[in-house]
Amino acid sequence: SNSPSACVSALKQQVEIHKLCQGENRILGFSIGGGIDQDPSQNPFSEDKTDKGIYVTRVTEGGPAEVAGLRVGDKIMQVNGWDMTMVTHDQARKLLTRKKETVVRLLVTRKSLQQAMQQSMM
Amino acid sequence: SVAMDTESTYSGHSYYSKGSHKHSERSRDRRKPRTKDGNRSEKSITIQTPPVEPLLGNESNHGEDVQDDNWGETTTAITGTSEHSISQEDIVRITKDAGDSTGLDCRRHLMLAAGALLGVLVFLTPIAFVVVPQLLWRDKLEPCGTVCEGLFISMAFKLLILLIGTWALFFRQPRAQMPRTYVFRTLLLVLLFLFVVSYWLFYGMRILDSRDQNYQGIVQYAVSLVDALLFIHYLAIVLLELRQLQPMFTLKVVRSADGEARFYTFGHLSVQRAALVVLENYYKDFTVYNPSLLTASKSRAAKNMAGLKVYNVDALSPGSNSAGHSRAMIAAAARRRDSSHNELYYEEAEYERRVKKRKARLIVAVEEAFTHIKRMQEEEEQQQSPREVMDPREAAQAIFPSMARALQKYLRTTRQQQYHTMESILQHLAFCITNSMTPKAFLERYLSPGPTLQYEKDRWFAQHWTLISEEAVTSGLKDGMVFVLRCLDFTLVVHVRKIPFIKLSEEFIDPKSHKFVLRLQSETSV
Repeated sequence: SNSPSACVSALKQQVEIHKLCQGENRILGFSIGGGIDQDPSQNPFSEDKTDKGIYVTRVTEGGPAEVAGLRVGDKIMQVNGWDMTMVTHDQARKLLTRKKETVVRLLVTRKSLQQAMQQSMM
Repeated sequence: SVAMDTESTYSGHSYYSKGSHKHSERSRDRRKPRTKDGNRSEKSITIQTPPVEPLLGNESNHGEDVQDDNWGETTTAITGTSEHSISQEDIVRITKDAGDSTGLDCRRHLMLAAGALLGVLVFLTPIAFVVVPQLLWRDKLEPCGTVCEGLFISMAFKLLILLIGTWALFFRQPRAQMPRTYVFRTLLLVLLFLFVVSYWLFYGMRILDSRDQNYQGIVQYAVSLVDALLFIHYLAIVLLELRQLQPMFTLKVVRSADGEARFYTFGHLSVQRAALVVLENYYKDFTVYNPSLLTASKSRAAKNMAGLKVYNVDALSPGSNSAGHSRAMIAAAARRRDSSHNELYYEEAEYERRVKKRKARLIVAVEEAFTHIKRMQEEEEQQQSPREVMDPREAAQAIFPSMARALQKYLRTTRQQQYHTMESILQHLAFCITNSMTPKAFLERYLSPGPTLQYEKDRWFAQHWTLISEEAVTSGLKDGMVFVLRCLDFTLVVHVRKIPFIKLSEEFIDPKSHKFVLRLQSETSV
């Protein structure tokens, strides 16, 4: 993962999560909210309340997502190269839970990243 | 017992306004039934200071011989008109000067008689118009057959309708005595008088003198008079009754003693009529005036100022600069760190707690007492021995002792004990038993103070009210006007506000335009 303070444009972070096998299912260990068919004003994590992107709402403790460095409030921009900024909630879920994939690589944006960026620039 | 004034009115209410004539009134000693508990409510824990005359509120309100402040200050002019009596009486009053207040009753009776006479004359005029030619020059009159008979019938019915209408509108029990006459009423009477006089003049000149032979014309003339009288009656209805129906003003009525306020809506009325309606509503809407609830704040204020004494060091002129003294004391009292607010808070909390406790005991006692009584059914009548069968009064007396103590304690705590005698409580209890009321319904009268109408009329109804107003009392209500109604113990301050002009516009909403979407906020675990 890139160091966030080094690059000006790198406000995004790559997170690689290895799915955990629980019986038949492979879980990632976090919950998502948002989507273009959802109500963006209810999103507690977004700065812009018209943002219909996918946000991480919960991260299971000790789960693969937490281990990989995913945090609550992250906005997921891409999953394995698939865009997540203009998808419905269900499409996002499907993109994340493909049975054939064991590893998902997420591109996330974090508010704290931006703040750290701004502070280091000042 | 309440001292009555000499003027006895029809209904016991009388209204005066500021006039220009002195009127000697006896100082009224209205002895209110003050019990020992009136004083006991003023428990306060202070150090005994020497009695200092409180600078604020030097009116002792304890119900002893209250010096009547009206003495010489409020000048009253009793003009002796009574509202809603026979309307034509005021014709006579206009020519006379409204002055002396003595002989009020015979003055009123005189005017009543004069008005009645005038009314009868006006009523008989058309009949006289028709009958006199028949009497005087019957043989010279042209015969006039069916037309005249038809006119006679219509005249008779119109007179009957006029009679009924006048009876309905004007022959009413006077409900108040007003300081001044009604302007509209006077105008109408003047109009009526002039009208009838002019008709008589014309009749005298043209018909009697010349002995007109056209009888049909004479009858038609009489019928036209009756028509015009009916129209005057219609005008009277519109001016006196209908005009004030549309609401134009809102009045805020505040009682000076404790700040209780109400709002009323009126139309175009004169000040004295508005005052009358306000007073009629006062007795039904405002809770009864209870002076023993008001003494606490005065004692607090007095305590605050007591203990401060002003010394005049320079002693330039003794006794002068009292305004400066007062201001100095007020400033010192304000700066002084006192905890009277604390005292008030805890006192009120304690009082509420006590009241609630006593109320609970009272309700329980009454509920239990009511379970001892049962309404006897018809079939059981033979089974019961005649000794055990009671009428409501006896039943009330039987169960009263078990609740008497709790009720008395509650009334004392809420300082209502002077409003209810034991006899009145027993009567109320018998009444409730007769009408199969529940304990709660019986207690409704005692749990909280009600409007003045609920209590005994002789004790709690003010005998006289004085209307104090800067504008003439016959002028109409205006926005921003303030007038004051004063009785012996307190005043009602009335503030008039005009209802604003309302602009109402419409907006049409198509019922099919009501459409909704779901607000989705799902959260999915992956």
